[in-house]
Amino acid sequence: MSSDHRKPAGSPRLARRHVLKLIAAAATAPVFWSAPGIATMGTKRGPAGTPTDPDLLDPNIPWELQLTESERLLLETLCDIIIPADEKSPAASAIGAHDFIDEWVSAPYDTMAGDLAKIRNGLAWLEDESAKRFGGEFAQLEPAQQAAICDDICHPPAARPEHAEAAWFFDRVRMLTAMAFYTTREGMNDVGYVGNVPLDRWDPPPDIALRHVGLK
Amino acid sequence: MKDDYDVIVVGSGAAGGMTAFILAVHGVKVLMLEAGRDYDPVTETPMFQLPADAPLRGISTPDKPFGFFDATVDGGWTVPGEPYATAEDADDDFMWWRSRMLGGRTNHWGRISLRMGPYDYKPYSRDGLGFDWPMTYEDMAPWYDKTEALIGVFGSNEGLENTPNSSPGVLMPPPAPRVHELMTQKVCHDELNIPTIPSHLAILTEKQDHEKWPKQLFPNNPLAQKVLRQSMMERAACFWATPCGRGCSIKANFQSTTVLLPPALATGNLTIRTDAMVREVTTDAKGKATGVHYIDKRTRKDEHVSAKLVVLAASACETARIMLNSKSTLFPEGIGNGSGKVGKYLMDTVGTWVSGRIPALENMPPHNQDGASGMHLYMPWWGYQQQEKGQLDFARGYHIEFGGGRGMPGAWTFAGLGGQSGGAYGQRFKEEARRHYGTGIGFGGRGEMIPNEDCYCEIDPSGAVDEYGIPTLKFHWKWSEHETNQCRHMQHTFRDIIEGMGGEVHTEIYDDGAKAIAKPGEIIHEVGGAIMGDDPDRSVVNEYCQSHEVPNLFVTDGACFVSNADKNPTLSIMAIAWRASDYIVGQMNKGAFT
Repeated sequence: MSSDHRKPAGSPRLARRHVLKLIAAAATAPVFWSAPGIATMGTKRGPAGTPTDPDLLDPNIPWELQLTESERLLLETLCDIIIPADEKSPAASAIGAHDFIDEWVSAPYDTMAGDLAKIRNGLAWLEDESAKRFGGEFAQLEPAQQAAICDDICHPPAARPEHAEAAWFFDRVRMLTAMAFYTTREGMNDVGYVGNVPLDRWDPPPDIALRHVGLK
Repeated sequence: MKDDYDVIVVGSGAAGGMTAFILAVHGVKVLMLEAGRDYDPVTETPMFQLPADAPLRGISTPDKPFGFFDATVDGGWTVPGEPYATAEDADDDFMWWRSRMLGGRTNHWGRISLRMGPYDYKPYSRDGLGFDWPMTYEDMAPWYDKTEALIGVFGSNEGLENTPNSSPGVLMPPPAPRVHELMTQKVCHDELNIPTIPSHLAILTEKQDHEKWPKQLFPNNPLAQKVLRQSMMERAACFWATPCGRGCSIKANFQSTTVLLPPALATGNLTIRTDAMVREVTTDAKGKATGVHYIDKRTRKDEHVSAKLVVLAASACETARIMLNSKSTLFPEGIGNGSGKVGKYLMDTVGTWVSGRIPALENMPPHNQDGASGMHLYMPWWGYQQQEKGQLDFARGYHIEFGGGRGMPGAWTFAGLGGQSGGAYGQRFKEEARRHYGTGIGFGGRGEMIPNEDCYCEIDPSGAVDEYGIPTLKFHWKWSEHETNQCRHMQHTFRDIIEGMGGEVHTEIYDDGAKAIAKPGEIIHEVGGAIMGDDPDRSVVNEYCQSHEVPNLFVTDGACFVSNADKNPTLSIMAIAWRASDYIVGQMNKGAFT
């Protein structure tokens, strides 16, 4: 197992530089708190770097990633089938959705307990199914062939009983891909989130928005 | 023997911060002991980071229960090395939130700052349940004005029943409501007769008037005026971005660490010692408090400091724990506990949630809805008259908090879209996400719980201790029908609001309130445990937070609460702490506590 800790896409360091610029532009006050002579008598300042006191400005993932390179490649393909590129935004792999899924299944918390085995099994099923039905690896199949497999498993309530586990797997990967994608600037732009920027003043909603819901 | 300090304040949050600030600006030499680490929001707050910048897209984990970027350090409902227990016959497990950091829970709180009203200070007189406070709302009103002006609160004066106005000029202007808030207001007004008014949040919507307020709040006190003027100048107004729960590096919202502690330190009268976990209050042979023992978490050594006066502001349950652990010949059941009431009458807020989706909000023209992070509107309790007439099967009120709209997408925003879209993937999934974005809405009830004999904490009889060797707490809890019936009413009301907006309810609606009520402690409004009163046999402290039995021991945090109105407690904690601190200064000036 590899011991190097891969970082997910969307480098925190880049984000931090951006953030500091924004803060510099918006804040005018000198840092009174750190003035000499009034320091508190505590231990050294700043985060301890433990799970309950991580460095929020320079995050890292303190657990080892578990998926193999071939599993990650297959996930990349599947993530891009779930969220493909279009004129508004890139495909899921471009923002590292498969990296996030690796991070997720490798995490030590109850929320994701069991996901590693189930997603691993699901990826194996996907390759088996591709070989059985179309005689090839999933990533190499024609889009129509890939869709034929995905259509069988894309909606758990409608899936055939023998596809129950595969449908759970697809649904989980879709959930995780959406979590990864729409929490990036690219995904936020796609749905039309235009906030997280400092404003001089707060205005009421524009007339066009009020008219949209019949309030004007 | 000379004392190390005039006053020891245990805790650095809303109560400890306010107590230390008021004492320090009046020349009192204060030592503040904080169990957690030093913390500086100016340099540590993750402003503007996206969820994608955090591990696991910033979701809640047991290590960071309100998400990765939440300000809480070494805290949550569980703290490593600091266990507690709940009795087996309790209605549900008590959840005890602690934040082990300078400023405590004020660093991450919701900033909701609602005054308790005239009914809330005399609830027993009104309906025969619970207890009256020793003071009236009218007694408290000046301290609410002062607290709001000091910390900066936006809101409006609506003149509604038991929802007090602030004095003219005290509140900052509230921000304009968002689209989903206006839609909710309309249906509540037109169909349900529920008032929806500007919320009151401790967030600066404009710069504080640093010329006016220091002089008005502290007349004839040049030191207070000087440090407060400087502190107010250094706070920026909100720039309408990045969530308040992370803290605020530009000091636009209220945190003890940005608003109270910097000016208190600037007086030169405050010393802060962090990583100092207080174990017990010490007393002399006459029963006077002499100081405290604390564990220095860095060395694990037991230290003692002495002072003329001790103020406990460690948070309700921690304060009760320290008192119960302070046993001596004179106080075999814990300091100031001759009444046996220490630890008794714990209360939390009655909470429940309903969420859904409003199709009318689909395809909304994009515009910025971040605003002041929290809600711009809320619904104060509207059923006082119905309760007066006996038309409701619960005695006390609740207010409604709600959220929705086109805020920053979080990890879970589109997590359920696969099912909601009937299994969409590919281009159709992206289109469904665009259509669904901003259509979710959620309502939370925050209701008054009536104190009862079955809700209390005690030192765990099993002899359990935390990692510092300090005996731990065991909690006991029973809801009454006043809480569970109120919770059912919330569930039905929230369903009616969502359906009134033409929306779909996505959560189960419970007719049995006991199945929908949040766990005790889950709302993090726990108060009581050292309640105030005039009668030393039935209460622990007087209206100035002073122990009936130990005159130089004070409890200025939520432990002194006699009732827990639906109004979130932080603002009242600070107003009560300020009033108690003024009393301490007055008594000291008369030569007391020497």
